[in-house]
Amino acid sequence: MTEESVAINTYPYAEAVPGAVLDSDESGILVNREKLIDFALFLRNEAGFDYLSSLQAVDYLGYAGRSADDRYEVVYHLFDTKKGGDGIVLKVRLPEDNPELPSVILVWPGADLQEREAWDLFGIKFTGHPRLRRILLWEGFQGHPMRKDWKEAYYEAEHKPFKSRWPEGNYRWSEDRAPWGDNVNYPQGWDPNTFVPPAQPMPKIHKAPVAEGDTHMETETIVVNMGPQHPSTHGVFRMIAALDGETVVGLEPEMGYLHRNHEKIGERNTWLMNIPFTDRLDYLSSMSNNFGYVLAVEKMLGAKAVPPERAEYLRVIMAELTRVQNHLWTIGFLLNDLGAFYTPALYTIEERELILDLFEDVSGSRMMCNYMRFGGVRRDVSEGWLKTATELVFNRLPAKVDEFDRYLTESEILLERTIGVGHLSAEDAIATSMSGPMLRGSGVPYDLRKARPYSIYDRFDWNIVTHDGCDVYARYMVRLGEVRESIKILQQALKQIPQGPIMNKKPAYVFKVPKGDAYAAVEAPKGELGFYVVSDGSDNPWRYHVRAPSYININALEHMSIGYKVADLIIILGAIDIVLGETDR
Amino acid sequence: MFGSGIIRGLTITIKRTIATYTDDMKRVPTRYINAIETPAGKVLQQPPESKGLFTIQYPEEKRQLPENFRFIPMLVYEEDTGKQRCTACGICSKVCPSQCIWIVRDQTKAGKPIPQPKEFFVDASVCMSCGLCAEFCPFDSIKMNHDYELAVYDRFPSLVMDLEELSVPSSYYAALYPQAWEAEQEAKRIKEERKRARAKKAAEAKARKAAAAKAKES
Repeated sequence: MTEESVAINTYPYAEAVPGAVLDSDESGILVNREKLIDFALFLRNEAGFDYLSSLQAVDYLGYAGRSADDRYEVVYHLFDTKKGGDGIVLKVRLPEDNPELPSVILVWPGADLQEREAWDLFGIKFTGHPRLRRILLWEGFQGHPMRKDWKEAYYEAEHKPFKSRWPEGNYRWSEDRAPWGDNVNYPQGWDPNTFVPPAQPMPKIHKAPVAEGDTHMETETIVVNMGPQHPSTHGVFRMIAALDGETVVGLEPEMGYLHRNHEKIGERNTWLMNIPFTDRLDYLSSMSNNFGYVLAVEKMLGAKAVPPERAEYLRVIMAELTRVQNHLWTIGFLLNDLGAFYTPALYTIEERELILDLFEDVSGSRMMCNYMRFGGVRRDVSEGWLKTATELVFNRLPAKVDEFDRYLTESEILLERTIGVGHLSAEDAIATSMSGPMLRGSGVPYDLRKARPYSIYDRFDWNIVTHDGCDVYARYMVRLGEVRESIKILQQALKQIPQGPIMNKKPAYVFKVPKGDAYAAVEAPKGELGFYVVSDGSDNPWRYHVRAPSYININALEHMSIGYKVADLIIILGAIDIVLGETDR
Repeated sequence: MFGSGIIRGLTITIKRTIATYTDDMKRVPTRYINAIETPAGKVLQQPPESKGLFTIQYPEEKRQLPENFRFIPMLVYEEDTGKQRCTACGICSKVCPSQCIWIVRDQTKAGKPIPQPKEFFVDASVCMSCGLCAEFCPFDSIKMNHDYELAVYDRFPSLVMDLEELSVPSSYYAALYPQAWEAEQEAKRIKEERKRARAKKAAEAKARKAAAAKAKES
C-alpha cells in the first residue's frame, strides 16, 4: 500500500495493548489474534477509530513468501468519522488448519454481514458471532468458493486469457466440455432424494414492551416472506418479517439470489478485464464503480498511471452526473414505494434519460459505461457534448430539481409516510458501518470527498449535506440536497475543464502490477464503495474485493424496521437504496 | 389545506398533457426536431429542449444512436479488394473479458500460418458488449456493430456468430462510424503522402547519385 493511504505513524499503538501488535509496516498493522478484541476496543475508544469500513479475508495459498501457518489473512480498514483522514489497516494472519479468530461484532456491529461473508466465501470462523451462517450461498453448499483451491463449475484455467481461444479456437460450448452434472461439487454422501433443505432462518422476535393500561392483545406473530420476487424489494432480495398484527417485530434479510462470485471472476480476469465487470455491480452508477476500481489499481501502479488533468475533470464530471441520475432514480422510486405509482418516478427518469444520453455518447453504452482506464479515460468528449452537458447542468437540471422539491418535499403523503419512520441514530449509523446518504441522513457529516479527498475533489466549493431527522424523510432530503451539491460541482468542473490529453500513455491490455495491496474508496451514490486489491506482481489480481455499500447498509435494516408497520418496511428498504447487483455480487 | 398537495401534484400531469398537445400543434413538434425519416420509421434525437411527451414509440420510432454506440463486434473487410482487415493476431480474444471470441488462424497446406482468420466465432450470448476488442484491435478490423435487434429463439447456432455473419463491408462501417472513418481515411492519406514523398526523395537521391557518378565517369 502506498504511503498515501496509511500516513499515520502506526507505532504509537504498539504500546497500547501489550503483545497485540506483532509487526507494522506501511501496508498495515499485523495484530495477534489473541489480543484482537482488546486492541480493537482500544482503537475504538481511545484512538477514535469508530468506523469499520471494510473487513475482508485473503487466501494466500501459494503466494510467494507465505506458508500454511499464515495462509489466511483478515484485513480491517478503520476510519475516524469525526476527524476524517486516512485510517488504519489491521491484519490478522491465520493458519490453514485453524482459521479462527474472535469476532469484532461487539466492537463494531457493522462487522456483522462482512464477517458472515468471510465465513461463507473463505470458511474463516469468527468466534462469538451470534449467527455465523452462510449469507450469499445456501446452507449445504460444498466448500468455500473464494479459497484458492476451490474450482468453479465450468473451470477452464486459473487465469484468463484462456489458451483455447487462439490460434486454434474452434468454438466449443462449455456445456460440452464439462457436461451438466459433472461440473458441480456435492458434499460427501449427498443424495438428492433424501436431501432435506436446512430450516429457513427465522427472524429474532423483538417484542415491544407493553405499556400499563394498554389493551394489547396477546396475539401470535406470523412470518411473512417479502420477496425475492416482490417489486418493492428492488431486485431479488428477500425479507423474512415477523409480524405482530401489522407491526414488524422481527426481520431477517436473505440475499444471494444474484450471487455470481464477482470476486472469483475478478481473480481469473486480468486487471483491465475487471473494469467492464465493475459496471455490473451497481448497474445504476457504473461510472462510480469504474472510478473506485481504477483508483485502487492506480494506487499500486504509482507514478506509472497518474491521469492527466483533463481526465481527472472528466472523471469527476462523470461521477457527479452518475450521482445526480442515481439520486433522481432513488427519489422517484421512493415515491413509487409510497404508492405514487410511476408518475413521479417517470418524471425523474426523464432527467436521468438525458444524462444517460450523455454517457452513451461518450462511452458507447447508457449503463455499462466501461469508461475509465488506468491512467485516464477511454474517450475524450466533444465540444457538442460539453455544450449539451452545460445546457443540462446550468439550465435544465436546477430548474427540474426545484420542481421536484416544490411538488414532492411538502407533499402531505410523503410527509405523513416518511417522517419518523426507520429511525437510526447517529451512533447506530456509525456503529453499523452505514455510509452515504444513510449516514448523512442521521446527521453525521462524513463524506469521503471531504474526509479523504480523492482525485480533484479538493478543488471544488461545495458542502456536505446532512439532515438530523434520522428517518426516511431525512434520507430523502439528503439525496435531494446532494443532487444540488453535485450540480454545483458539475458547474465548476465544466467551467474549469482544461484542454489536453486524456490518457497518460497509450493504454496497454496486459501489464504487471507491483506486488502489494491497496484499498481505495470513492463516495459512490450509495455510499462508500471501496476496492481492496492484492497483487502478486502478475497480470491478474491475487485478490479483488468490493466493499459494497448496498450490502453493508443492510446491516441496519433489522434495527430500523422493528416497531414499524409492514407497509413502512418497503420504504425503509427503498430509502437504503440497494441495488442487488452490488449486494449479492 | 388538506389535499392541496394532491391537487398540486395532479396539475403537473395536466400541464404535461397540455404541453404535449400544444407542441403537437406545431408543424414540427419539438421532439421531432432533426428526426430522420426511414422506411422503418422515424429516428429521433431526443433533444433536451423537447416539451411535453418524452417517450419514444419504439419500434415505430427509434432513438438516434451515437457513433460510439457499441453492441456486438463485427469484422470489417475492404470492399474494393474483398480482403479481411483481420490478421488473426488474437489480441481481441486475449483482451475479451468474457472470453467469447474464438479464432482459428488460416494456414497454407504446408502448415505455415497465414495472417488471416480461417474461422472467427463470437458467442453473442456471452459477449458483454464492453468494446475492449474494438479498442485494442491494432488493424481497425474489429468494430462494434450498432444492430441491437438480435432476438432469436435458440442460442445455438443463432447467437454463435461465425466469420460470415460477422463480416461487414467497409462501406457499412463508414456509414455507421462517419467520424472515425473520416479520421481513418485522413490518416491513410497522410501515410500514403509520406510514403510517396519518401519514394520521391529516394528516387531523387538515386538520380543525383547516378548523375554524380556519371559526372565522375566523364
